[in-house]
Amino acid sequence: MSQENLYGEISDAIVNLNEDKATELANKAIDENLNILNVIEEGFGAGIRRVGELWDAGEFFLPELMRGAKIMQDCLDLLIPHLQGGIERKTLGKVVIATIEGDIHSIGKTIVATMLRAYGFEVYDLGADVPAEKIIDEAIEKNVDIIGVSALLTTTMLGQKKVVEILKKKGISNKFKVILGGAPVTSKWVEECGADGYAGNAVEAVELAKSLLHI
Amino acid sequence: MPIIKPKVQLLDNEHKKLIFEEAKDILETQGVFIENQEAIDLFSQQGLNYKEQRFYIPRDLVDKCLESVPNEITLFDREGKEHISLKDDQVHFDPGSAAIFILDENTGEIREAISNDFIKFSKIVEQLKYIEAQSTALIYQDVPKEAQDWHRLFIALSNCYKPVVTGTFRKESFSIMREILLACRLSEDDLARKPFAIFDACPSPPLKWSDLTTQSVIDAAKSMVPSEFVSMPLAGASAPITLLGSITQHCAETLVGVVIAQLTKRGAPLIWGGSPAVMDMKHGTTPMGAIETMMINIADTEMGKFLKMPTHAYMSLSDAKVPDAQAGFEAGMGALLAGLAGINMISGPGMLDFESTQSIEKLLIDNEIIGMVKRFLQGIEDYGSPFALEILKDYGEKEEFLSHPSTLKLFRKELFFPSSIIDRKTRDSWKKLGSKSARKRAHEEADKLSNKTPIKPINESLANELNKIVSKYL
Repeated sequence: MSQENLYGEISDAIVNLNEDKATELANKAIDENLNILNVIEEGFGAGIRRVGELWDAGEFFLPELMRGAKIMQDCLDLLIPHLQGGIERKTLGKVVIATIEGDIHSIGKTIVATMLRAYGFEVYDLGADVPAEKIIDEAIEKNVDIIGVSALLTTTMLGQKKVVEILKKKGISNKFKVILGGAPVTSKWVEECGADGYAGNAVEAVELAKSLLHI
Repeated sequence: MPIIKPKVQLLDNEHKKLIFEEAKDILETQGVFIENQEAIDLFSQQGLNYKEQRFYIPRDLVDKCLESVPNEITLFDREGKEHISLKDDQVHFDPGSAAIFILDENTGEIREAISNDFIKFSKIVEQLKYIEAQSTALIYQDVPKEAQDWHRLFIALSNCYKPVVTGTFRKESFSIMREILLACRLSEDDLARKPFAIFDACPSPPLKWSDLTTQSVIDAAKSMVPSEFVSMPLAGASAPITLLGSITQHCAETLVGVVIAQLTKRGAPLIWGGSPAVMDMKHGTTPMGAIETMMINIADTEMGKFLKMPTHAYMSLSDAKVPDAQAGFEAGMGALLAGLAGINMISGPGMLDFESTQSIEKLLIDNEIIGMVKRFLQGIEDYGSPFALEILKDYGEKEEFLSHPSTLKLFRKELFFPSSIIDRKTRDSWKKLGSKSARKRAHEEADKLSNKTPIKPINESLANELNKIVSKYL
């Protein structure tokens, strides 16, 4: 099989949401010692872009988008340790994401994390009920580009502001873009917090992350 | 008595039993996330093990706790007069609560609310004939965040005598709200005997009870104040996609509340409620006007009735952003279905945009819808036969039925009379009055209602006492 055919098959497996086939092809690429970076970019990357196009066209719905993203991520987890010669995979950027302290609602945050990964970001999902200090420590340690903070409750929203305040206090607010999410978040609140943006859903979140990093 | 009491049902008895048994299985094997210390102590005293922040609740404990839940709750008004009963298939409505925005009827914009909006809102709810309870319907921004929950109770009770559906956003607020409630009663015992505030408690699906929610249930139970469980599983996102799976998860989550409350105080009054929804798979939103959302709501309350508890649901809402045709039909379908399901407390009137926005215009249109729903629920009356023959015999002489004695005697009973918000004029007279839409007519009515003298104004000494409490904490 030519490499182009393999890329096509991988891309099809993602679009068909065929987990077994996608995993099989990822393992095949590893066994045959193919250029893993190309396999990721031209096989899996192409596949998830097609999934995104189908979503945009209204043919795919959220469960299909999420499933595609999940298969893609599982395959990346298989492939990345096999990247040749210390080549680092170029991602669109690094993101740390969490639901703020006092808030145990995680569904929206998890969907955003999955989507960002699928579109090529490196995402560290810290889970729910995470103190502002911890989010920032992780952001510094992982040297991320974007910090995403979710809050569903009007009371826990204050924690989103705290993240920005701590960054300012530490004098490192220019090192990160802070994006907010959650039902009560508005553009006015983003302004009040001094954050960099918010998105109403996971797809908009990807667009927001891209635009903040000028991608 | 109607010939047949109109009713809608989605579950049969066999499935109710299956759901209940599986819900108990879920609690026994999957457990529930609990982070509240008092609840941890309560469960530990029952000999339950706390593993990785979860308790695995044995089914016999659930059964035992259900035994002591009261089957009905009588709600009183601010002054302690009996107002409504949450029992059997009795149906009552209250405005959808805790909206974070208001649709400004003057500018047409959705914006954050201020306290004056809620004062106006409460005054209008006081006047509405078919909405028998009020709620702390708006979260407003001109009080400190720490006061955003309890301050609403103050405004609500200062402007409207009807029983109120409310809730806490911070653990510390319950005691302040209890103080406000006690100011309206003679003693703690009097408050327990004549409840007039319901505290919403919202578990976080799947199977999580937050510190705040758990504390609210415990605090309310201690004071014998009714708690209303509002679990919100999202079918396909935070609950199974099948309606039945989602209903079963809701049952499990709500049973946890029963156990927490009854372990705190046996006999604590509880309402089996919820605000479930399906997830919109295109937009990632939580449509409250979706037909499947309504179906889940109805089935959830059927489980509550099966367990002999008073029931609640979030229905008669819409996801439209303005009171348009979508708002009308979604709220109309929801209200009628909720009524036909015999749900005791139906929260929703006025609400738009996925429970985020309150609209006074929609509230007034919904009030008309509810009037019609209540008429429907009265069913068709049999006044004795012959039903028509005798009256037809008289027709020959009169050539019309309008002046027939039976018409005069019964027309007010047989017919529902809507307000001028509902248009039944001829086209010409509608045109002469400015060709106004229902929304516009509701807008005009809102201004009139908010300036009316209250039906039952608050007496001065109580108003002073409430003000004192507010100045103590603000």
